Amino acid sequence: MVDPRHPLIPGLSKLDRKLVRDLWSMRVQIIAIALVIAAGVAVHIVAAGMLDSLKLTRDTYYDRHQFADIWAPVVRAPEALADDAGAIPGVRAVESRVRSAAQFSLDTMDAPAAGEVLSLPQANGSAINRVFLVEGRMPLAGQRDEILLLETFAIAHGLEPGDTIEATIYGARDRLRITGLALSPEYVYAIAPGQIVPDPRMFGVAWMEREALAQAVDRDGAFTELIVQLQPGAETAPVIAALDRLLEPYGAPGAYAREDQISDAFVSSEIDQLSTMAGFLPPIFLAVAAVLVNVVLARLVALERTEIGLMKAFGYRDRDVVIHYLKFASVIGAIGFIAGLALGVWLGRSLAALYTEYYRFPYLIFSLRAEVYGVAALVTFIAIGGAGVLAAWRAARLDPAIAMRPPPPPDYSQALGAGLTRWRRIDHQTRMVLRQILRWPQRSAITIGGIAVSAGLLISTLFFLDSMEVMIGSYFDIANRQDITVSFNQPRSREALYALERMPGVMAAEPVRHVAVRLRNGPVEERAALTGLPREAQLSRAVTAAGDGIEPPPGGLVLSQDLAEKLGVKAGETIEVEVTEGRRPVLEIPVSGVSTSYIGSSLNMQIDDLNRIMGEGRVITGAALRVDRDQEARLYTALKAAPGVAGLSLQTQAEEMFVDIMDQSMGTSILIYTLFAGLIAVGVVYNSVRISFSERETELAVLRVLGFTRGEVAYVLLGEIAVLTLISLPIGALAGAGLAFVFAEAMSSDLFRLPYVIEARTFAYAAGLVIFVAISSALMVRSRLDKLDMVAVLKAGE
Amino acid sequence: MPAVSSDTPPCFDIRELTKVYGSGEAAVHALRGVDLSIPDGDMVVLLGPSGSGKSTLLNIIGGLDRATDGVFKFRGEDLTRASVRQLTLYRRRHVGFVFQFYNLMPSLTARENVELVTEIADNPLSAAEALAMVGLDHRMDHFPAEMSGGEQQRVAIARAIAKRPEVMLCDEPTGALDSATGVRVLQALRDVNEQLGATTLIITHNAGVADMAHRVVTFSDGRVGKVEVNETRIEPEALTW
Ligand SMILES: Nc1ncnc2c1ncn2[C@@H]1O[C@H](COP(=O)(O)OP(=O)(O)O)[C@@H](O)[C@H]1O
Ligand SMILES: [Mg+2]
Repeated sequence: MVDPRHPLIPGLSKLDRKLVRDLWSMRVQIIAIALVIAAGVAVHIVAAGMLDSLKLTRDTYYDRHQFADIWAPVVRAPEALADDAGAIPGVRAVESRVRSAAQFSLDTMDAPAAGEVLSLPQANGSAINRVFLVEGRMPLAGQRDEILLLETFAIAHGLEPGDTIEATIYGARDRLRITGLALSPEYVYAIAPGQIVPDPRMFGVAWMEREALAQAVDRDGAFTELIVQLQPGAETAPVIAALDRLLEPYGAPGAYAREDQISDAFVSSEIDQLSTMAGFLPPIFLAVAAVLVNVVLARLVALERTEIGLMKAFGYRDRDVVIHYLKFASVIGAIGFIAGLALGVWLGRSLAALYTEYYRFPYLIFSLRAEVYGVAALVTFIAIGGAGVLAAWRAARLDPAIAMRPPPPPDYSQALGAGLTRWRRIDHQTRMVLRQILRWPQRSAITIGGIAVSAGLLISTLFFLDSMEVMIGSYFDIANRQDITVSFNQPRSREALYALERMPGVMAAEPVRHVAVRLRNGPVEERAALTGLPREAQLSRAVTAAGDGIEPPPGGLVLSQDLAEKLGVKAGETIEVEVTEGRRPVLEIPVSGVSTSYIGSSLNMQIDDLNRIMGEGRVITGAALRVDRDQEARLYTALKAAPGVAGLSLQTQAEEMFVDIMDQSMGTSILIYTLFAGLIAVGVVYNSVRISFSERETELAVLRVLGFTRGEVAYVLLGEIAVLTLISLPIGALAGAGLAFVFAEAMSSDLFRLPYVIEARTFAYAAGLVIFVAISSALMVRSRLDKLDMVAVLKAGE
Repeated sequence: MPAVSSDTPPCFDIRELTKVYGSGEAAVHALRGVDLSIPDGDMVVLLGPSGSGKSTLLNIIGGLDRATDGVFKFRGEDLTRASVRQLTLYRRRHVGFVFQFYNLMPSLTARENVELVTEIADNPLSAAEALAMVGLDHRMDHFPAEMSGGEQQRVAIARAIAKRPEVMLCDEPTGALDSATGVRVLQALRDVNEQLGATTLIITHNAGVADMAHRVVTFSDGRVGKVEVNETRIEPEALTW
């Protein structure tokens, strides 16, 4: 770097040399502001860039692999019906397939893994939901035991093409040969039905030749699902209605669109959350940076009023003066922007790597759309440029004659703090601190606001941890207290429950019955799973926000808050329930209570009521078990041999997985935002103290002359920022609580709802961090205080 | 603090004092070997052309700056190599300063400016007493911005004397004032010297002021040119500018 103190840099005008000199002498302040700008730009690039990348990747993947728009499952329907479906207006292509539950036994795990087997798109078909072959080859026609296996599942169990895997399909156990590993747009987020987290070990997906699978599940010449692509611009709802009419006689639980497809729902909700972050945070950072630039430039103009007067007296025009200070602002903006750009791209790429772990896209297209950068540049330019113009304008307006006189000493007699005279309790150093704050209320407010923003950001970021803890606690420790959830392929008699109870290690077993329903309240319709639970269920149950169990009375429903809100019903009202299985009863059922479910939705009634409605006798579709940990292995062996078990979900493992995913996806973001919130505090505090120091240098030197120690003088300077920090903390706490509320609302989806809980320790931690940052930034100025040259300062008056 | 005894050392004992600013080619020799002894309770006026080293000496005597070489003793105590902390305590306990530009705290009223110092002093006057001595007891609750230059300077004197200093150091205290106001300020300084017995050093451009001193020290080119003792002193109000 050129030594900027050197007066003769060739080619620079006098003003530009002054610019370089000013920039150099204020470098720490400039860096502090540039870091805040950089944080804003980086957040924008990470959030908007990730958002863009995720969207682009998803869209490309979906497009190349012909991701379906509608899924229409049936129990069994004749192949000819596929053509009828193809004739529905708005449908571009239809593909029929066979899809069946499966259970996998693995050497690497005692428990069986749940899963699905799907038929591969037929060679002459439209290739909807085409798989992505990662490794190996497709199964050969006529080879009945060949499969493709979902790559994530294979990796989790160390399986490779050429290996075999034991699977139970439609009650028959078989050894299948893996010919290749695949990914699919249907399993970007590979999650078992009814589960809340993707656990690559616990959920397997296999693809087989259509004919082989059809024969295995006794669906020769028939299909169990239609997958549909719409014509561009076609509406979904009428097509779904037409499909439902067409397929109803074949045991169709109802067709659904992408928003109800679990994998896409997860991907989309992640995208929504990212766009919330992208919309919220960067403006906050840039606004703080803009205010800082303005404050610092205003101070610079005040310091340089004599110089400005001289410049004008020498014939520089107002325009030159404005341009001079604008250049100053631009340099800060440019440094911040470039640093933010670099930081953002780097962070974005690191996070993208994380996302590819989390989501199973075959590739991640890291989008570098010019718009993302353009917007960052434009907003930075407007914010920093605007702040610069305001300050520069003040410089331009200075009358040269007045500008060249030193400013009169500040008058405190009319200021807010004058009345403090009557307050005799405090010492005069403290009085000076308070009067300084009150004398410049606007600047004090800016400092308080800046620190409060920093504290607020910290709190609202850390809030996610608190919220997550409550969410996990409520779901895993209060509502679902079973160790294992067993689900069956199809409804089974009560005998199945007794069989479970007799298995080794089972200490308690409670029956569960699920049926698919559509809920209606007037024009509003929602798909849901209705769960029948025993009276006084102790294991899986609905709870209130306070954590108490809430049980449906005979003939009544308890539904979770999110469903109640979507349907617009309250306890005491009645909704229409259409069961979409079995004999498809439609009933009006009173809502007797509303529960709280932070993960997924819940809709419960008594199992006896449900069985009566369905008219299929006392049946169950699953059970919640509490088990003796020491006997788990034996229990798993028994469960693998039990007929009709579709899968298990292991509570502890699911909880660990959930926490893991949250840590991975949120941990990094929280770290980044915490760091950036800290940068705001540094920027605000350092600049505030630095400006205060430059204004009061003489006063402070005089205090030293009068015999005040360095510590006492530091108190007069730093007491100001200490008081401002203390004032800003409760404001920051309020702002943080407000921001957390907004985040909780904005980040909640059909899948998760963030409970609005902020623990006391979060406030304490945020306050501690802000105070730490404030003290460190203030101490950076204190070293200047210790070097204060009393003689030079006293001479300056002459 | 040294005890008072029959062989009491002078208030200030200065030997071979030099002060060099900078080094090499750019070195400025502000003091080139000053020898001076000032008895307790004296009122001393320092005269001399601009740049002759008066302020430099005053700053060293006041513990604001350190000599390059030589010896500077306050009541027998060698302060030439005192630490930052020792010098701070020395200023705090013993020295009252008055500067050309008053240097009051703009955020404190007259009374508060004085109290600022009495709060950290051992046996101070009350702010009201100190302000009464400079004839400002009626403007105690005014801020510096509400006062004239002369009034501000008198507040500065009140601030300096309130701690009952053994030493008053005044660098051109009347430099920024008109003559009538200057006289009031000088009267205040004389009163303090007489009533509190503070050894008082006053730098001035105005040779007339020398007539009110016990001792007149004339500087030239970083050295003491001559020291005169006035047989008779003139009251400030009779001084001619
Ligand atoms: N901090 C300093 N750095 C360099 N030179 C200085 C400094 N202070 C004073 N001088 C120089 O020392 C000399 C004596 O200055 P000073 O004691 O202020 O004179 P006086 O008060 O008699 O006018 C002058 O030449 C002055 O320029
Ligand atoms: Mg001088």
